[in-house]
Amino acid sequence: MKSAVVTFPASNCNRDMFDALEKITGQRPHEIWHQDTDIPDVDLIALPGGFSFGDYLRCGAMAARSPAINGVMAHAERGGNIIGVCNGFQVLTEMGLLPGALMRNRSLKFVCKTVQLKVENADSTFTNAYTDGQVIDIPVAHHDGNYFADDQTLAELEGDGRIAFRYVDQNGEATKLSNPNGSQNNIAGIMNKRGNILGMMPHPERLIEDAQGGIDGRGFFESIINSLN
Amino acid sequence: MKARVHITLKNGVLDPQGKAIQHALDALGFNGVDDVRQGKYIEIDLADTDKATAEANVEEMCKKLLSNMVIENYSIDID
Repeated sequence: MKSAVVTFPASNCNRDMFDALEKITGQRPHEIWHQDTDIPDVDLIALPGGFSFGDYLRCGAMAARSPAINGVMAHAERGGNIIGVCNGFQVLTEMGLLPGALMRNRSLKFVCKTVQLKVENADSTFTNAYTDGQVIDIPVAHHDGNYFADDQTLAELEGDGRIAFRYVDQNGEATKLSNPNGSQNNIAGIMNKRGNILGMMPHPERLIEDAQGGIDGRGFFESIINSLN
Repeated sequence: MKARVHITLKNGVLDPQGKAIQHALDALGFNGVDDVRQGKYIEIDLADTDKATAEANVEEMCKKLLSNMVIENYSIDID
């Protein structure tokens, strides 16, 4: 699988994303700088986590207007796969490629811990290596991960099976206590209508080999590879 | 010309920071604060000399960058 990682000033998970993609796909991803206007033809573009442009104005707002974004948009329109993790999710919502917005955590605190996610729809480009209802451990590290969308958008996301991951407890129940940031409907990750774009706050790239304490994130990347075959 | 832009959260959008401010005001003894909503205020110096052009310009700025229409409203004052 050919991939590219777009780095913005103050991205800080671009190396993790790069390493995860290289180790799992066996191919070095292209490194794209935010000022690059050309993105090579790839199977996947990844927007990594971090605090692009210092989170000025709104998280992801500046990054979503970078020169490199034109290439990301063109890739999206061609039906190319795009993932946005953490700040990358915020960028995708600011670009309008995913609905809703990520707001300040309800607790107002930066949350950095491992959470349980339930795979809500294992029949997608990004989740097919998991099983429906599977509970996986994935770390979160963010200050602005509180997913908000209006009622109609939420109903569409739920009805279309476009919620990929939900924050749950050990038993797979989406409770208030298992929700680290106040997201509506405990939403941790969503997809666009066409199914080629996913955004999520948790970091699958941080759990892809045993040295990191687990491999629950591998399935995410393996799913994308599966979907190409 | 100078444009003054106020960005506020739409009704129905939860504002955890506003809530925290409300609680802090209450703790300081400011009773009777029913609600607090936090927003942004942006000043822009413009080269435009025509008010209508300036307004149209700033409107575009609000739509394209300054506000996120999913969660925010904006208002513009120009003088």
